[in-house]
Amino acid sequence: MSILVDETTRVVVQGITGKEGAFHARQMLGYGTVVAAGVTPGKGGKEVEGVPVFNSVQEAVEREGVNTSCIFVPPPFAADAVMEAAYAGIKVAVCITEGIPVLDMVRVMAMIRDRGTVLIGPNCPGIISPGKTKIGIMPGPIHRPGGIGVISRSGTLTYEVVDQLTRVGLGQSTCIGIGGDPIIGTSFIDHLSRFREDPDTEAVVLIGEIGGSAEEEAAQYIQEAFPKPVVAFIAGRTAPPGKRMGHAGAIISGGKGRAEDKIAALESSGITVVHNLGTLGETVRKVVDRR
Amino acid sequence: MKVHEYQAKELFRSFGIPVPEGRVAQSGEEALQAAAALPGPPWVVKAQVHAGGRGKGGGVRLVQSGEEAEKAARDILNRPLVTPQTGPEGKHVHRVLVEQGVRIERELYLAMVVDRETARPVVIFSQDGGMDIEEVASKTPERVLKQTVDPSTGWMPFLGRNLAYRLTPLPSPEALKSLMDVMGRLYRAFVTLDCSLAEINPLVITRTGEVLAVDAKMNIDDNALFRHKDLAASDDPKEKDPLERKAGEYNLNYIRLDGNIGAMVNGAGLAMATMDLIKMAGAEPANFLDVGGGASEEMITRGFEIILEDPKVSAILINIFGGILRCDVLARGVLAAAEKTAIQVPLIVRLEGTNVEEGRRILEASDLEFLVAKDMMEAAELVTSRVSN
Repeated sequence: MSILVDETTRVVVQGITGKEGAFHARQMLGYGTVVAAGVTPGKGGKEVEGVPVFNSVQEAVEREGVNTSCIFVPPPFAADAVMEAAYAGIKVAVCITEGIPVLDMVRVMAMIRDRGTVLIGPNCPGIISPGKTKIGIMPGPIHRPGGIGVISRSGTLTYEVVDQLTRVGLGQSTCIGIGGDPIIGTSFIDHLSRFREDPDTEAVVLIGEIGGSAEEEAAQYIQEAFPKPVVAFIAGRTAPPGKRMGHAGAIISGGKGRAEDKIAALESSGITVVHNLGTLGETVRKVVDRR
Repeated sequence: MKVHEYQAKELFRSFGIPVPEGRVAQSGEEALQAAAALPGPPWVVKAQVHAGGRGKGGGVRLVQSGEEAEKAARDILNRPLVTPQTGPEGKHVHRVLVEQGVRIERELYLAMVVDRETARPVVIFSQDGGMDIEEVASKTPERVLKQTVDPSTGWMPFLGRNLAYRLTPLPSPEALKSLMDVMGRLYRAFVTLDCSLAEINPLVITRTGEVLAVDAKMNIDDNALFRHKDLAASDDPKEKDPLERKAGEYNLNYIRLDGNIGAMVNGAGLAMATMDLIKMAGAEPANFLDVGGGASEEMITRGFEIILEDPKVSAILINIFGGILRCDVLARGVLAAAEKTAIQVPLIVRLEGTNVEEGRRILEASDLEFLVAKDMMEAAELVTSRVSN
């Protein structure tokens, strides 16, 4: 099993005729994802990698029954693209775009809340259920099907973690990049609650970083309501305060959002926090074997 | 993007938020002229730097005459101002703001930020203005009031009433009305200018019952600058670290730190984790550098140039996890960049991804001193061994 997406998911790629959209549509198809449609306004009727292109998500839903969207639209237009997907009834929207203005995201969240659309991202690598479907830009080959759920605020750091898990023989049920922005569509808790109900997920790896309080909130949720083992890694112990460390959401502000506070919250909830990233794979192995 | 107090006040003026009359001066002479043109005595001479705590560093002076204003300006200008927020090296002062003195009756605090958890703008209000708000929030949290704004309605007058009528004692009805009006205008400025922070501390009620923003702080969301070209153009390059400014021109995400091991990584999370790893290995990171998805030869060359301009760097750790990026292509790029910049310091390279074996082979076969690590553990060990040499 997996959460949110699987081999039956029908994907529309918004921005499919752009360089990123076309490239990653090809990669997704190669992985086995059902990319059933693409959308670029004005390019309706064309084809990219054999995928029919429409002028609107609404049309793609009508004609191809797509239920999930992968969005490669530049920042000035991305909020509109996300809202378009929600409006058209898309169930899961994955927004890869980095650079969406925060106040645009305020409007997006207000709009999609009532529509039940799950927004993954923005500023994320996407979601993958190894062996079933890949919706995003992560490298397929490092993933294996298995029992570890991965929830991360990062991109390449997630790949590092997944690679280590695969090397120690621990495949992944679903890996979700929730995004590096201050306002993102889902939280660690949203996916933890799904992993809790997923019989195929035996343990979860949580990858956090400085900024905000999502990890502290997750620690509380895990203590109260998540019975499966969790191993966490938090990036940014050496980050100076007040500086945006690449990700718009990775900033220590007013003394809040520091790595050490997140680590303390996680550890006091009984979660194993890995301090040396090089030992992550073997640590998860130990925790899982102990069960 | 940060703006100076005088710029924030100009923006406030354009939104109808009352501010003291003031003029910018870049010399003692200009300060003298400014004082002559402004109501006073007294006047205030304020250093314009992107840092708080200016008063504590002697960067805010109350003066009673034009000559005093001139002297204060000369004292403050063209030298570093050290405040609790600047670090020991301080911030160089290029401008002062000369303002009319204000007869302060009460100091309040008013600010707006976007709350990450609720994904809504939030107004923060306290009657303990003119102080360190973080201290107020930690010692007496009940004295810091918050109201979230529903994006579908924007600012509503009742939000102002929810906040203003909690003041004890209540100010005059006129002052209350002005206060609530300022709140609504601050919201409009915040949303129109795509602020990440707008702060007025202190928001003053004067002895004559007027409400004035005596200080003003605005941070603009960097992601929104594309739709505020004029604001983007008003950014003060002198407030940035010169290396960070140069890196910005190259579209490199670079932050200068204090240590001796430079780092170049693809991905912000992995870059932070790499910095942490360097520290764990017993060294100090010299920088944060995320080359993003485009780790082309050109980007890597520029990255090397920037890192190497820091004389403290004694080794560079390159950590690239190539997903789509092929490691042999990357290795050739690193080689070419190293040759072009005639690198003298050891390079510790950790590659992972497609064609990784070939990538490592290319580096190991070259004449340049590459220490090739298989994984994060080995990368850390190589850094440690470098440091102890």
